[in-house]
Amino acid sequence: MAKNKERIDMPRQEIEKRIRNFEEVALGYTEQMALLEAERCLNCKDPLCVKGCPVNVKIPEFIRLINEKKYLDALKKIKETNSLPAVCGRVCPQEEQCEAACVLSKAKKPIAIGRLERYVADWVSLMGIEEEIPQINKNNIKVAVIGSGPGGLTCAADLALMGYEVTIFEALHKAGGVLVYGIPEFRLPKRIVEREVEYLEKLGVEIKTNVVVGKSITLKDLFEEGYKAVYLGLGAGLPKFMNLKGENLLNIYSANEYLTRTNLMKAYRFPEYDTPIKKGKRVAVIGGGNVAMDAVRSALRYGASEAMIVYRRSKQELPAREEEVENAEAEGVKFNFLVNPLEFIGDENGFVKKIKLQKMELGEPDESGRRRPVPVEGSEFYLDVDVVVIAIGQTANPVLLDVTPEVKRNKWGYIEVCDEYGRTSMKGVFAGGDIVTGEATVIQAMGSGKKSALGIDEYIKTGKWV
Amino acid sequence: MYQILEHQKIGQNIHKLVIKAPLIAREAKPGQFVILRSYENGERIPITICDKDKERGSITLYIQEVGKSTAKIGSLKENDYIVDVVGPLGKAANIEKVGTVVTVGGGVGCAITYPETKAYKEVGNYVISIMGFRNVSFKILEDEMKSISDELYITTDDGSYGEKGFVSDKLKELINKGKKIDEVLVIGPAIMMKVVSDITKEYGIKTIASLNSIMVDGTGMCGACRIEVGGKTKFACVDGPEFDAHQVDFSLLMKRLSMYKDEEKLSYEKFINER
Repeated sequence: MAKNKERIDMPRQEIEKRIRNFEEVALGYTEQMALLEAERCLNCKDPLCVKGCPVNVKIPEFIRLINEKKYLDALKKIKETNSLPAVCGRVCPQEEQCEAACVLSKAKKPIAIGRLERYVADWVSLMGIEEEIPQINKNNIKVAVIGSGPGGLTCAADLALMGYEVTIFEALHKAGGVLVYGIPEFRLPKRIVEREVEYLEKLGVEIKTNVVVGKSITLKDLFEEGYKAVYLGLGAGLPKFMNLKGENLLNIYSANEYLTRTNLMKAYRFPEYDTPIKKGKRVAVIGGGNVAMDAVRSALRYGASEAMIVYRRSKQELPAREEEVENAEAEGVKFNFLVNPLEFIGDENGFVKKIKLQKMELGEPDESGRRRPVPVEGSEFYLDVDVVVIAIGQTANPVLLDVTPEVKRNKWGYIEVCDEYGRTSMKGVFAGGDIVTGEATVIQAMGSGKKSALGIDEYIKTGKWV
Repeated sequence: MYQILEHQKIGQNIHKLVIKAPLIAREAKPGQFVILRSYENGERIPITICDKDKERGSITLYIQEVGKSTAKIGSLKENDYIVDVVGPLGKAANIEKVGTVVTVGGGVGCAITYPETKAYKEVGNYVISIMGFRNVSFKILEDEMKSISDELYITTDDGSYGEKGFVSDKLKELINKGKKIDEVLVIGPAIMMKVVSDITKEYGIKTIASLNSIMVDGTGMCGACRIEVGGKTKFACVDGPEFDAHQVDFSLLMKRLSMYKDEEKLSYEKFINER
């Protein structure tokens, strides 16, 4: 039989159905689909895909194991370098990373690496196979990881595998960071994050929730308690607002709040869950990134008749993943391009009812290389809304850093690191992810968590802190 | 999981809880709060810390039943567990020796003026406490406050205990009597804090209020608690909870506090019916 040459599409929940529930949209490959997709891999001698992956997953090797139907072995192969395959298979921007590097991407048919990674991870859990815990030679050296987002989880897993006694401190009541409070169920089911966290616990990692380092305990306390090194994977964690008139009107949310109520607190199951949310019929989400797409698609699922994106540039400049934009469009999200909010207007009880907007046009490229939006004189108009979500990004949360002056920050409030391992200005303290780079992706945070694990290991073994 | 070491019901719907939380007990300072979630499907609610016992590793909270979440906590018994308690959050109160300080507490707000009154006293201030309650059945912490105050006044709305009237009446009376007051701390329902703040503003007396905004994470991540102070947006959870009362937009605070009143009502009624 001739080999399959076409990239295999992944089945999704039907649009009509999925916009009424919060369940996962992408349904994953069947075994047959996975096998057809896997057989397309050319198994390159010098695989560019591996270099395109921030954690260098051994891609051709795990795909070959799929060909041989050795799915558990394929998962083990992935886990040699990536502790969160079920997560990465779903939320990584493969089109910019491994799949962009795939030689078949020239013909616009790169191997669907993410979908295969997801298949392998899901297969193992679907079959109820208990993953073997690798033999670990414990060294009884304590390391603290602050924050249980993708960077913290990765750093903790790698350190645990090296034998360290790792404790993760998490401020919220549930581990997972942005994977549990930020990314919606319909993109990343929470049971998948739970499974990855459980695996970490099996590796011997202790997770302490409800601890706000900087408030409940300080870094100095941790060193006094015998921790030899600390990884700060704090995330960005401070929502940006626009400083516009009327921004504190009722029913105007930061994306962080809107998504935290939805994902962590399960407001979509209110009143079975106690946390409420304002559902809204005409919901405007301001911003054009992945978070904005998550918020606007949540609004649809809450029953909005108009779920709208308000973005000051044009479609080409949308920072969100293409796939997310396509999903949002298919589900009926309305995109208002080249408009910028000027003011929010409320009713007599203080609830937002209108946004005053201004039309924009694209001018010369700015420092990001994207054409800068410029206001069109006299183009102001009003948009009726009953809920607004501001999704224009985050900056550095200062709660821990304000009480830790030893850790130097740059002018934007992010931590300054002096090498690729995330060494900070405080001895024994490493940092990575959004609190260093500003907002980035899950896999980039994981990549830095991995690097820091190596740095921490080296520091503890040599005692050298340049 | 955080064990309830003591649970005492006061009057109709106030609960004094002593909860095992050693990390919080070690670090907590007057003015700071915790966020707690009483059970698996519960919401995260902020409660200011009344007292702590480092040796016992415990904190004391006073909680008034006003909706489902607080009623649910009220239904827990000694030795039961609260699933999540995190803290201490927010900035500690800025307590200095200034001369004469009046602390004004309304209802369970007195549970927060208590540790601060104590702290004001300890640094050498002359401390006058005014405590106001709807009626005698809501009265808390009288003996504790008496032992740390140079003067103590209690008012009730209906005159069932102490003097009939509002805390603001008492404060005004003290001012009119010519009492030199250097600082006022006011903690209670938003409307009460507004009334007190309006009075002291007139007389130019520095006044601090502790704001009880709606919060989710309590660490500055979500912005649910945003309020306006001096025309600028602040997060009550990390910039506060205490602010210069004269700069606070209380009318915005009151509106934002009422944002979910329909949902809260629905949730509470469902809970009562199922109980």
